[in-house]
Amino acid sequence: MSFTRRKKVLSAAAGTAIFALTMAACSSDDGDTTDESTGGATAEASDEAEGSGDPVSLTLATFNTPGFSNAENDAEYEYDLIEEYMELNPNVTITYDRKAESGDARENFFTKLGPGGLADVEMVEVDWMPEVMQYSDLLTDMSSADVEGRWVDYVEAGATDADGRLIGYGTDTGPQGVCYRASLFEEAGLPSSPDEVAALLDGDWDNFFAVGDDYVEGSGGAAFFDSASGIWQGMTNQLDVAYEDPESGEVIALDNAEVKANYDQLMAASATQSSHFGQWTEDWFAGLSNGAYATMLCPPWMLGVIEGNATETDDWNLANVYPNGGGNWGGSWLTVPGNGENIEAATALAEWLTAPEQQAKAFANAGTYPSQVAAYDDPAVTGAVNAFFNDAPIGEIFADRAQAVVPSPYKGEYYFQVNDAINNALTRVEDGTDDPAASWDKAVSDIESIG
Amino acid sequence: MASTELTKSRADSVWRQRLSRWDVKASPYLYIAPFFVVFTIFGLFPIIYTAVISLMDWDTIRNSGEYIGLGNFEYVLNDRKFWVSLRNTFSIFILSSIPQLIIATFIAAMLDHHLKARTFWRMGVLVPYVMMPVAVALIFSQLYADSYGLINHWLGLVGIDPVQWHKDVIPSHVAIASMVNFRWIGYNTLILLAAMQAIPRELYEAAALDGAGKARRFFSVTLPQIRPTFIFVIITSTIGGLQIFDEPRMFDSAGNGGADQQWLTITMYMYNTGWGELNFGRASAIAWLLFLIILVFGLLNFYLTRKFISSDKGGE
Repeated sequence: MSFTRRKKVLSAAAGTAIFALTMAACSSDDGDTTDESTGGATAEASDEAEGSGDPVSLTLATFNTPGFSNAENDAEYEYDLIEEYMELNPNVTITYDRKAESGDARENFFTKLGPGGLADVEMVEVDWMPEVMQYSDLLTDMSSADVEGRWVDYVEAGATDADGRLIGYGTDTGPQGVCYRASLFEEAGLPSSPDEVAALLDGDWDNFFAVGDDYVEGSGGAAFFDSASGIWQGMTNQLDVAYEDPESGEVIALDNAEVKANYDQLMAASATQSSHFGQWTEDWFAGLSNGAYATMLCPPWMLGVIEGNATETDDWNLANVYPNGGGNWGGSWLTVPGNGENIEAATALAEWLTAPEQQAKAFANAGTYPSQVAAYDDPAVTGAVNAFFNDAPIGEIFADRAQAVVPSPYKGEYYFQVNDAINNALTRVEDGTDDPAASWDKAVSDIESIG
Repeated sequence: MASTELTKSRADSVWRQRLSRWDVKASPYLYIAPFFVVFTIFGLFPIIYTAVISLMDWDTIRNSGEYIGLGNFEYVLNDRKFWVSLRNTFSIFILSSIPQLIIATFIAAMLDHHLKARTFWRMGVLVPYVMMPVAVALIFSQLYADSYGLINHWLGLVGIDPVQWHKDVIPSHVAIASMVNFRWIGYNTLILLAAMQAIPRELYEAAALDGAGKARRFFSVTLPQIRPTFIFVIITSTIGGLQIFDEPRMFDSAGNGGADQQWLTITMYMYNTGWGELNFGRASAIAWLLFLIILVFGLLNFYLTRKFISSDKGGE
C-alpha cells in the first residue's frame, strides 16, 4: 500500500526550512498582532469549554512534521504552537507524541480505536481517511458554527460522514502545480519561464501528453514525466466516480469506462514519456538531479523533497498550472476519539491548532500548506517565496491551485486496494514485466478478488 | 506421657517423609510451571484465538465478527498472491539457507584451526549479526538500485549488463538472500564452531594415524560429530527463513513485494492483509497456513538431516 510513501517525503520536507527562512522576514512583523487576535479568541473558546478552568491534561498524537512543536524536529522552528497554547491556557497541559511516519500512526490508530487508549487529539492522513470514515461513529462530531466554512470545500467534505457529522479539522493540504527543469525544457526547444510553461500546459491531459511528445522529440528521447503512478493519482483524483459506487460502496472500477480510458491514455504516453522509475525508489531520487525526467506533479511538500535530493541543480521551477484543472495530493485532519475523557478540551485544542493563524505559523515552521480559506489571504502565507525554486511565489501559486482543486472521487473501504492493484499494473508495464493489456488483465483478476 | 510424645514424633516424621516424597515428585513441575503459565497466556492463547478469528469475518476495531466457516482459508488458497508468496518464500529460503550453511561450516572449520588472534577472528564473524536487519536492508537496497546502484555500476565496469534487481524475480531473490546471508553466516559459524571445539581431539589423531587426509577427517570425523548441532542450525534457519520479513519489506520503499509480487513473502502477505487491508480474519488464516507449512518442513528437515548426515555412521 501507499502508506509508507510519505515517510521519506515529509522527513525531507524538513528541507523546506529554506523557504521558512525566506518567509521569516515577512511574517515576523505581523506575528505579534496575530498572537493577540488568536489569543483573545482562544481564551473565550476555552473558557466555554472548561468553565471553571480546572486543570486538564491533553495528549496530542501526530506524525511526520506537522510544524506544531520543536519537539518534532531537530531544527528550531520559528513558532512553538504547543507552548503557545499552554501559555494562553494555563490550566491545560499538553503531552505531544509524534510518530515518525504515517504508517506507524495508522497502525496505532486502528489498534486502539476500538478498545480505547488513543490520544485526546489524533492526526489522520488523507491516505487512510476513507478507512477511518467507516468508523466515524467512534469519533466525536466536531461540527460547530465557529468552524463552518473554515476550510476549502474538499477538505471539509473529506471529513464529513454520510450523516453529516464533521469528524476532523483539516490541518494541511496538498494542492498541486507542475514542477519542471527549465534548462531541460530549453534544450528541448520548449519555452522555459514559469509563465510560458503555465500557458503551454494549460489544458487537459491530451494537451499535457502532446507537450510531452514535443519534449521527447526535441530532447532526443529523454523522459518528460517521472512516473506513471505519479500521473495516475493526478488523473484519477479528478474523476467524479472512480473505483467504488458512492451509493452502495461496491467496487465498480472494472465497469467504469473512465478508469480504463485513463489507463489506456496514460500507458500510451508513458511508453516514451515516462522515466519508468517507481516513485520513491533510489533511481527516482537520483533522477531528480541527473535529468532523467523534466517534470513532476507538485504538491507543496514535494518542493522539500526535490530540494533535498537535487541540491546540485539550480533550474527546478514551479509553474502555476495543473492539467485539466486542479488536484490534491496529501493532507491531514485532527480528530477527537469519542471515548476520550476530555472531549471538549480536546476539541478546543484542535480548533485552535487548525485555525488559519496557527496554520500559517505551521506553514512557516515546516512548509505544511494550510487548508483554511482565510490563510490564503494571510500575507504570511501569500508572501511566501521559495529561493530554491528560483524565487517562485509559492504562496500565491498554491493559493490559486487550492482554489482549482475539485472534490476527489468517493473513496470507500476498498479504495486503496483497488488503487494499489492498478498502480501495480502501471508499474509492471513501466518495468517491462508485462505489456499494457496483459498487465491490465492481472489487475482485473486482483480487483475481482477484492472484498 | 512419654509414649504419647513418641507417637506424636513418629506421626511428625511420617508426615515429613510424605512431604519430602511429594516435594521430590512435584517440585520439578512447580519450577517449570512459570514458563508454561507464561506460554499459555502469550503463546497458546493467541494461537487458539487466531484459529477462532480465522473462521470469522473479523472486525478488529469493533472487536466483533461473524462466523463464516472455512471461507477465509478458501479465499487464501484460491488467491494467486498466496501461491506466488509461497514460491518466493521458498526460493529466498533456499537461496539463503543452503549457501549460508555451507559457508558457515567452512568458516567454522577454518576458525577451528590454530590461528593467531583467534578471538579477534571469531568475534569478527559475528559483527554483521549485531546490525539491525532494517539497517542492513536499507544499505543493501541502495547498492542494488536498478539504474544508478553501485553493484550495477561495478557490473558495468566488467561489461555485464545491469541486472534488474527490483524487476526480475530471481535477481530480487538473490539480492534479498544476500542480505540474509550477510547477517546470519557469522551467527551460524559460531554455533557450528562451538560444536567443533567439543569434538575430542583423539578422534582426529586416530584418523590421522590411519592415514586420513584433511578432507577425509572433515567429512568422516567433523561432520558426523556435529550432527546434532547441524540439525539445530538447519531447523532454526528453516523457521527463520520461512518467516522472512524485514529484508524483503525494506527492499523497496513501498514494502509490498513488487508490482508483480516478485519478492512478496508469506509474512508480508499476511501483514499486508492484516494491517494493510484491515482484514484480520483472512490474515489469521494465512498465519495458520504458515504455521502448518513450517511444522511440515521442520519435520521433513529433521528426518532428512538425520538420514543423510548419519549415513556415514553406517549402523543406522
